[in-house]
Amino acid sequence: MEGRAAITVRDLTMAYGDFVLQRDLNFSIRTGDIFVIMGGSGCGKSTLLRHLIGLNEPFEGEILYGEESFTRAAPARRMEMLRRIGVLYQSGALWSSMTLAENVALPLGEFTDLGADEIREVAALKLALVGLAGFEDYYPPDISGGMQKRAGLARAMALDPDILFFDEPSAGLDPISARLLDDLIIELRDSLGATIVIVTHELASIFAIGTNSVFLDSESRTMIDMGVPTELRDHSEHERVRRFLRRGEL
Amino acid sequence: MPPVASSNGEATLAHEGGGTLVVRLSGSWSLAGGIPSTGELERELAGTVVSRIAFDTGGLGEWDTSILAFLTSASRLARERHVTIDPAGLPQGLRRLLALAEAVPEKDGARSTVSDDPFIDRIGELVIETHQLFRSDLHFLGQLALTLGRFLRGRARFRGSDLALLVQQSGFEALPIVTLVTFLLGLILAFVGAIQLQTFGATIYVADLVGVAMVRDMGALITGIIMAGRSGAAFAAQLGSMKVTQEIDALETMSISSMEFLVLPRVVALCLMMPLLTLYGDAMGILGGAFVGVTMLDLSPVEYLLQTADAVGFSHVVGGVFKGSVYGVLVATAGCLRGVQSGKSSSSVGDAATSAVVTGIVAIIVACGVFAFVFYALGL
Repeated sequence: MEGRAAITVRDLTMAYGDFVLQRDLNFSIRTGDIFVIMGGSGCGKSTLLRHLIGLNEPFEGEILYGEESFTRAAPARRMEMLRRIGVLYQSGALWSSMTLAENVALPLGEFTDLGADEIREVAALKLALVGLAGFEDYYPPDISGGMQKRAGLARAMALDPDILFFDEPSAGLDPISARLLDDLIIELRDSLGATIVIVTHELASIFAIGTNSVFLDSESRTMIDMGVPTELRDHSEHERVRRFLRRGEL
Repeated sequence: MPPVASSNGEATLAHEGGGTLVVRLSGSWSLAGGIPSTGELERELAGTVVSRIAFDTGGLGEWDTSILAFLTSASRLARERHVTIDPAGLPQGLRRLLALAEAVPEKDGARSTVSDDPFIDRIGELVIETHQLFRSDLHFLGQLALTLGRFLRGRARFRGSDLALLVQQSGFEALPIVTLVTFLLGLILAFVGAIQLQTFGATIYVADLVGVAMVRDMGALITGIIMAGRSGAAFAAQLGSMKVTQEIDALETMSISSMEFLVLPRVVALCLMMPLLTLYGDAMGILGGAFVGVTMLDLSPVEYLLQTADAVGFSHVVGGVFKGSVYGVLVATAGCLRGVQSGKSSSSVGDAATSAVVTGIVAIIVACGVFAFVFYALGL
């Protein structure tokens, strides 16, 4: 599916102080893609995600949402652009002082004109979509890690975002929950027409759902390949990429 | 040749023909007995012509990491002198561990070098760090001022139920500790005054002393310090751990300002509660003084309270409550500031809480000194 670019990363260099983590990143994420950011531990995958959602500032280069620069946008405009995205954090990052329903309801209350009853209804619906019907009044610490992730996903989807970001969605989940989450991600892409960006190193997920990907290399500190994950596994010209995608076996 | 000393495991060296040095490992090796030195081996390698090191483990009993540590340093010595190591004589498990330990060469630059920068460099770094911290403090204060401006214009976004909960936690739930501490403070002041005033037979003036001291300064000061230890630390720990769990990131990416949503209700809650707690503390302090006056100094309760009412003017009360509100803002700001600046590990949340209390108390004492000077100059 050849869509237009939802996100374009242009000449991005990421650094912590003087320490350059990755340089010269250039790629674009097309609408409708399930785009995987992959690489070994510590290569800067999660940091790249933080750059894409504006939590870290580029050292050099810029990030465009559609045709518009996100990096150079004024703070108020940036806030508006952020409303089109949803993020599922690695730990769920639910607000622990609020119930699941309140977590989902907060963005709805802030950015829509819905009444209290309607908000409650929509929040319950979003929770039902991720399989948490009936858990509205639970507090995040009272439910399991897998449920927290799904609740985090319900919150990320609250405003029907165009782009959903996932930071290591299957980390800490058992294989079946991880599989269910993968299915849910595909379902969301197909039904909501959302673009999905995933940071992960779970090979099973990468092959099952990834339609495009970029590989960050920690040795050369830049991206060394991009493309459909299964093709990279079989035909990448870089040994490190093939090795990564075959669990070290060539 | 003398054995390389160890309490139980032993390594003895013996030369064989063809430049081979045989290391004979015997006894049982355990970390509890210490790791034998490779000094003997080093001297042997330096003093004689050796091209190959072999091992004999015929007398080797039980072994653990201590023997592996001995072997890796032996192997490093051998590499430095381009001597081949022949691990064939080692037990299979040990050979594999040795291979594992040396499989991944040390990554260049991975080992952090102990900072032995020149003294001047370290001073420079300290100055830069302090400067950056100061800038981040100012940045926070500026943002807080803007947020308060939005709040006053009714455009700040936060949950009323959060504010109510914070009012309860930092106001109502602080009453027992405020009661205890201010009552005892009034009592202590009364004793100090009584000792001096008894010599003149003017014990009734204990009421003046306790009343004026509590209402003007001590009530607000001590309540402020209690709040720094209670709410300031709590705010820093709450915000710090929300940073660790990425809850603050989640707010920011939903374009909800953490300044409005988290910091503002905390500052407002303390700003509302501190004047009330100060008034309450003043009253408790006066009660503490009255307790001493009635039980030890033979004053009647009515007499004591009338004397207090005479001594304490309305301006004292207003001044004290004003000071209390300022301390409240200082404590809440210090707590939230240190919470927001917290790092992303559990130990840095602890540091943030500690730092919040220290910052809060220092700010209160400095403000108290400034007030004392200004109020004196204004003749209040």
